[in-house]
Amino acid sequence: MTVTVGTELPEQVFRVTRGDLVRYAGASGDFNPIHWSDRVATSVGLPGVIAHGMFTMALAGRAVTGWTGDPAALVEYQVRFGRPVVVPDDDEGAEVTVRGKVGALLDDGLARVDLTVTAGGEKVLSLARATVRLA
Amino acid sequence: MALDRELVGRSYPPSAVYEVGRGKLAEFAAAIGSDDPVHTDPAAARAAGHPDVIAPPTFAITVTLAAAMIVLDDPDVGIDYSRVVHGEQRFTHHRPIRAGDRLVATTTIDAARSVAGNDLLTARVDLATEDGEPVCTSLSMLVARGEA
Repeated sequence: MTVTVGTELPEQVFRVTRGDLVRYAGASGDFNPIHWSDRVATSVGLPGVIAHGMFTMALAGRAVTGWTGDPAALVEYQVRFGRPVVVPDDDEGAEVTVRGKVGALLDDGLARVDLTVTAGGEKVLSLARATVRLA
Repeated sequence: MALDRELVGRSYPPSAVYEVGRGKLAEFAAAIGSDDPVHTDPAAARAAGHPDVIAPPTFAITVTLAAAMIVLDDPDVGIDYSRVVHGEQRFTHHRPIRAGDRLVATTTIDAARSVAGNDLLTARVDLATEDGEPVCTSLSMLVARGEA
């Protein structure tokens, strides 16, 4: 794989349902009710149940590790949680789209990947960057 | 309440040991939809050069977020837990977390400032093995929204 500045990662679309949030809550230990109860979510001013920000970060991470082919190659990873991903209580859920582009080639065989993560056409993560070791 | 800059650099006692299990890593990988066998199959992990199955990159949060939250128990910090949201997250992996690791988390306040009525506090959590080998550094920015 030849990687240069501007190389684009394959776009990935992840479907997120309420069931996925329940599963992530159990696996991560984050049982905040805004991720499973509409009653609690709306009481704190949210439009409804929202995905865990860390779940969205994990999905965007998958787009990167799927591209490198090696989860261990992701050495640094950062995001800012911008907007919440609202997940309706239906079979379709929400769609999270991850696009990425190599922003810089660094020393020691590392590359910086700049990620654009959207749901419903809005950016949900900002300053999302991963540093990966190129094979 | 405005955060006191003097808090920067304050460290908290190390956590109890967290032992990383293969089952937990497989459960986490399934929850994020990752089917890479290095998370579930020890033979595949060894073939990729790891001593045992490895964690997906954001698995560290299952240990580090709870460790970061201990700063909220500090009366000098004075932030109400119910107002806190997770603003930013950064991981630096010194090596992948793997099954069998016995991890200790040490929390330090890395930054503290107040902007437009919101308190922004960055907790650094250093994850190391019991023997002191650095594994992951996590920076979690916690935002306490001002009471408008």
